[in-house]
Amino acid sequence: MEKIKLKAPGMSKLSQLNPEVIKKDFPILSRRVGDYPLVYLDNAATTQKPNSVISALNDYYTTMNGNVHRGLHTLAEESTAAFEKTRKKIADFIGKVKTEEIIYTRNATEAINLVAYSWGRKNIKKGDRIVLTEMEHHANLVPWIALAKETGAELKYIPIDGSYRLDLSELEKIINDNTRLVSIMHMSNVLGTVNPVEEIGRAAHKKGALFLVDGAQSVPHMPVDVRAIDADFYAFSAHKMLGPTGIGVLYGRESILNEMEPFIYGGEMISEVRYDFADWNGLPWKFEGGTPNIAGAVGFSPALDYLQNLGMDIIREHEVELTEYTIERLSELNNVKIIGPSDTSLRGGAISFIDKDIHPHDLATFLDSRGIALRAGHHCAQPLMKRLGLTATARASIYIYNTPDDIDKLVETLSEARRYFCNE
Amino acid sequence: MNENLDSLYRDIIMEHYKYPRGKKKLDDFDVTSEGKNPVCGDEIEMKVKLKDGKIEDISIDCLGCAISVASGSMLADAIRGKSVDEVKRIASTIKAILKGEKPDEDLELGDLEALEGVKKFPVRIKCALLSWTTLIEGLKNWEGGKKSEVISTE
Repeated sequence: MEKIKLKAPGMSKLSQLNPEVIKKDFPILSRRVGDYPLVYLDNAATTQKPNSVISALNDYYTTMNGNVHRGLHTLAEESTAAFEKTRKKIADFIGKVKTEEIIYTRNATEAINLVAYSWGRKNIKKGDRIVLTEMEHHANLVPWIALAKETGAELKYIPIDGSYRLDLSELEKIINDNTRLVSIMHMSNVLGTVNPVEEIGRAAHKKGALFLVDGAQSVPHMPVDVRAIDADFYAFSAHKMLGPTGIGVLYGRESILNEMEPFIYGGEMISEVRYDFADWNGLPWKFEGGTPNIAGAVGFSPALDYLQNLGMDIIREHEVELTEYTIERLSELNNVKIIGPSDTSLRGGAISFIDKDIHPHDLATFLDSRGIALRAGHHCAQPLMKRLGLTATARASIYIYNTPDDIDKLVETLSEARRYFCNE
Repeated sequence: MNENLDSLYRDIIMEHYKYPRGKKKLDDFDVTSEGKNPVCGDEIEMKVKLKDGKIEDISIDCLGCAISVASGSMLADAIRGKSVDEVKRIASTIKAILKGEKPDEDLELGDLEALEGVKKFPVRIKCALLSWTTLIEGLKNWEGGKKSEVISTE
């Protein structure tokens, strides 16, 4: 199995990114929760927004608001230009792909559903195989379960091993001649594991299968080049990378998108309509029926600028260091077990853990009473939880504005929770 | 500093959480009922033995947080010897308390009053309700002639 190279070469002890300075750009991070300053460690669920994103949304509605691609007036023209400008930025951000290959959706879930409905319903037949992994989020699980139920296709899962990584030893058997699609997450929202997507993509293409990558947890945290990965589809959400909610992206290979039927029918996605006939618009608008989330796209633009200015490799470096620190500090607590790989070169900053005596929900409530926000539950990965023999975990997930001090507060409060719940 | 938290995790709740009543094997029973909070992953399995329309014995196996385990434990203590109708009345008043509504003042609630603190934590209300919903659905099925059911509270 190839080693994924994620650590920047010649990484210094101190990353070049200064989260204390970054924090100042995020107004919400200076709020308090009860008597305590907010410590936000739920970034895998959604990230906070910098001033530039908040004011872009405000500016859009204050100065520009018009419907895209149809009006002949100045507002409509400006809105269209801003809407399409973000599309170009997104195309560049994930590896300089064509703007025709960038489809706006509501979120990564809708992006995957678009493929399942448009490509899946036409190309998946009884007896075909769809390959997923045991660690998938429901977003990349339920659309395929539904499709398999409808078509009689077979679902096959790449298993995970004892170190919370994918076990690729049987990959060539799992991805067989009947396989039409391999759809996997790039980084696990529960385990933090970064999957070897290039290797799995090669195995998929060798059998003529298409390769979809759910990048909801990877695009925000590391450099991603969809062409280097050789993905046919790549899905992600703006709100997990500083952008507004309600705007997501599907990247699709142009030749495949051209062969696909639309997903949502209506205005915007047509070229000509008669009472008994309709013909589709070109890419990418063929897939964008109805008025899109224009403000969301416009607000996503400064989010991309913010990340690009920091540099995705620098962000990755910061998160590797802080993940290392988090794992080290959590390991000091005898009662805490980390559910995920310990090697930070193979993982990201979504760090799941359990306390052997305190239920994750009680932990989350206690941490919240001290201003610390994290997630507890099954993280929309019920089959994975069952596979691990767990019902829930607590999960701290970091981002560009998190500091070692945030982690210290988490660890101190976890000890305090022991005193509270277990009389220690 | 722990004022709010202490109203949720009262001593009496922690006591029930650490030493849950009703956690035992019950071989002779008339009703079984399973409840789940899919969002939390909490799971509860309940068996009830009835005699002359009254609860004679109950076993509860709950996999969940302090609130759901304690609520189930207090339920076991509270319903023994009560008629099905009385149990339904207690369940309704627990629901009312958690919604911040007026409870049935004719009922002696005992330990159950400690659940009132949960109402300040909206996301935890379903934890406190899981055992009650599971019990009531089980009893309804029993009245309707069915013996077991899996209940989902979501």
